[in-house]
Amino acid sequence: MATSLPTLSRPIASSSINHSSSSFVPIRSPFLKFNTSTSLLPSSLSLAPRGITPRFATSTESDSNETLAKTTFHGLCYVLGDNIDTDQIIPAGAACVFPSNQQERDEIGAFALSGLPSFHKTRFVEPGEIKSKYSIIIGGDNFGCGSSREHAPVCLGAAGAKAVVAESYARIFFRNSVATGELFPLESEVRVCDECKTGETVTVELGETGGLLTNHTTGKTYKLKAIGDAGPVIDAGGIFAYARLMGMIPSLT
Amino acid sequence: MASSVISSSPFVCKSSSKNDLGFSKSSQISIHRCQKKSISRKIVSVMAPQRSPSTTGSVKTGMTMTEKILARAAEKSQAVPGDNIWVNVDVLMTHDVCGPGAFGIFKREFGEKAKVWDPEKIVVIPDHYIFTADKRANRNVDIMREHCREQNIKYFYDITDLGDFRANPDYKGVCHVALAQEGHCRPGEVLLGTDSHTCTAGAFGQFATGIGNTDAGFVLGTGKILLKVPPTMRFILDGEMPSFLQAKDLILQIIGEISVAGATYKTMEFSGTTVESLTMEERMTLCNMVVEAGGKNGVIPPDATTLNYVENRTSVPFEPVYSDGNASFVSEYRFDVSKLEPVVAKPHSPDNRALARECKDVKIDRVYIGSCTGGKTEDFMAAAKLFAASGKKVKVPTFLVPATQKVWMDVYALPVPGSGGKTCAQIFEEAGCDTPTSPSCGACLGGPADTYARLNEPQVCVSTTNRNFPGRMGHKEGQIYLASPYTAAASALTGYVTDPREFLQ
Repeated sequence: MATSLPTLSRPIASSSINHSSSSFVPIRSPFLKFNTSTSLLPSSLSLAPRGITPRFATSTESDSNETLAKTTFHGLCYVLGDNIDTDQIIPAGAACVFPSNQQERDEIGAFALSGLPSFHKTRFVEPGEIKSKYSIIIGGDNFGCGSSREHAPVCLGAAGAKAVVAESYARIFFRNSVATGELFPLESEVRVCDECKTGETVTVELGETGGLLTNHTTGKTYKLKAIGDAGPVIDAGGIFAYARLMGMIPSLT
Repeated sequence: MASSVISSSPFVCKSSSKNDLGFSKSSQISIHRCQKKSISRKIVSVMAPQRSPSTTGSVKTGMTMTEKILARAAEKSQAVPGDNIWVNVDVLMTHDVCGPGAFGIFKREFGEKAKVWDPEKIVVIPDHYIFTADKRANRNVDIMREHCREQNIKYFYDITDLGDFRANPDYKGVCHVALAQEGHCRPGEVLLGTDSHTCTAGAFGQFATGIGNTDAGFVLGTGKILLKVPPTMRFILDGEMPSFLQAKDLILQIIGEISVAGATYKTMEFSGTTVESLTMEERMTLCNMVVEAGGKNGVIPPDATTLNYVENRTSVPFEPVYSDGNASFVSEYRFDVSKLEPVVAKPHSPDNRALARECKDVKIDRVYIGSCTGGKTEDFMAAAKLFAASGKKVKVPTFLVPATQKVWMDVYALPVPGSGGKTCAQIFEEAGCDTPTSPSCGACLGGPADTYARLNEPQVCVSTTNRNFPGRMGHKEGQIYLASPYTAAASALTGYVTDPREFLQ
């Protein structure tokens, strides 16, 4: 069960450091080839501890034809609608948390989706808990609109969510999700949120060219779009690891 | 229907010749500035349009303002929508909510002894949770103070005496307004901030957008960010602005038209005769809410109004850029502003547009005037003007939160035109409003439970702020009607959502 998985603590790509070049080389020309154009560019390291194998060891040349390593998430889904904004994900008053403090970062899970209006009878996190029993969130259009607070993806990840499957994302939330590595922001080709119910068991499988969401309760499957521009950066292990790989910032010694 | 008065057919287009004519005057200003400062800037391969491209052939592929700014910041000759490029950052802004996290990530990644890339290009503005007893909120300001001391950050607008904000001469207040007032917003530059409303600064003809802590941590160490060049949507606003209308009405009209996701990942460029006639503060309102349409940034071509504002506040050289005549826009919307009416955004979405007069039966419990969107000097002047014109008293509690210390002083010092020399503060007092409070983000985003004017009950509020999602101002069942300062003031006088025309002539 997803709930039994350890929470992502801090994303550290120490494994990446040795592979980057030792000197600072300023960037001056296009060196990136991204396959698609769905998203803004994302960053940071933390996807590595969440099940993706970083591939810095391979080579420093562009390997944009490769995509995410195969990853699977399995668990209960929590279903929401359109325009779930960051205030519903985590009310601003709870954003006083200092996410570099590990204890606060763990506790922030208690606030995940706590801003949802009370007509949402089933709570994502039960009162008094810091973990959710739901590991996959399913949403509609424009998931994560509103504030740029990184606390939004961080609190969902801290509560134990592994992925969001939505029809579309607000720009900053998408980028922050990848940047923090707290969760996978996956796009579905159809409105999965209309066909799944909270509490149903689902599996998300990520492959080379996209993904698949299987609802085991209904037996239906849904295609997920490829992660797009985020791919190469995720593969590197995040924006810091990626920049080190490119020789843009020096390695930590 | 509100939509009946506008024509808005998105279509791919090339820039009209009218645009070229309209901007020619400002282009001359830019020539002057380019020459003045060419020595101090990095040599870059993108030129500001010093002459019309058609006469020189110097620009083979037309670019929009945003594309030009990003190309120059990337030290490239061209930037095409969809390109992922590393961009040099001119200014990074952070505040008390996200700053501690951003600096924490910076330290984690670059080492405990690491130094920021440029202590003069980082602006740290405590503004969100200031006047509160919340220990974590106070602690966050302390963390920022420590980082700023250690890193020798030049622009840290600190507050230590929470009892009286006036005892803190460095304290400003709401970051987006303070950035402009302190001269950190400059045409042609790249401004990033750990706040979604950083897009406000697009009013100055610069690229400005919000980022998260992790990206900010990266910028702190490198001064660079990886960005995807956004395609540009163009909004041409023409016609004389009716006296009862404000920029807030324009942006709510536009968001209602394209929806809260209508500009996702895109630039919203505003031009036209109406935009040219707007003051800087009104232009800031327009750009402030592009994020409510999902926009990555908003931008307005700099002109004499812009340069006059900026040159009075900074000695840093800058270089305006303008969209080429043959630039490509993904869509174009035209509005005849002279035909628009005051609008509101009903609960619970900024695109839930309605005419103010259509909501006249909506009983309200309170009115809130404040925030980066609606808490600037001119916003309070507008509200005061309407109160003075009516000679009436408010029927519901009316809360006033000036965005910055400067705005607060203006509220207490500037005479309101047509009121016989009274200040905003005098008029507000006579109208029975709450006394203008200490400048900060206040209850716009709810905040800690003891935040002034926070919506702690499931009440109905007319607010000049920017978001009305469930729980935004505090209570999850609260109902927020987003409106212009005129409409907010008119509603305060009647206790119902009210079209300001009832009090203005």
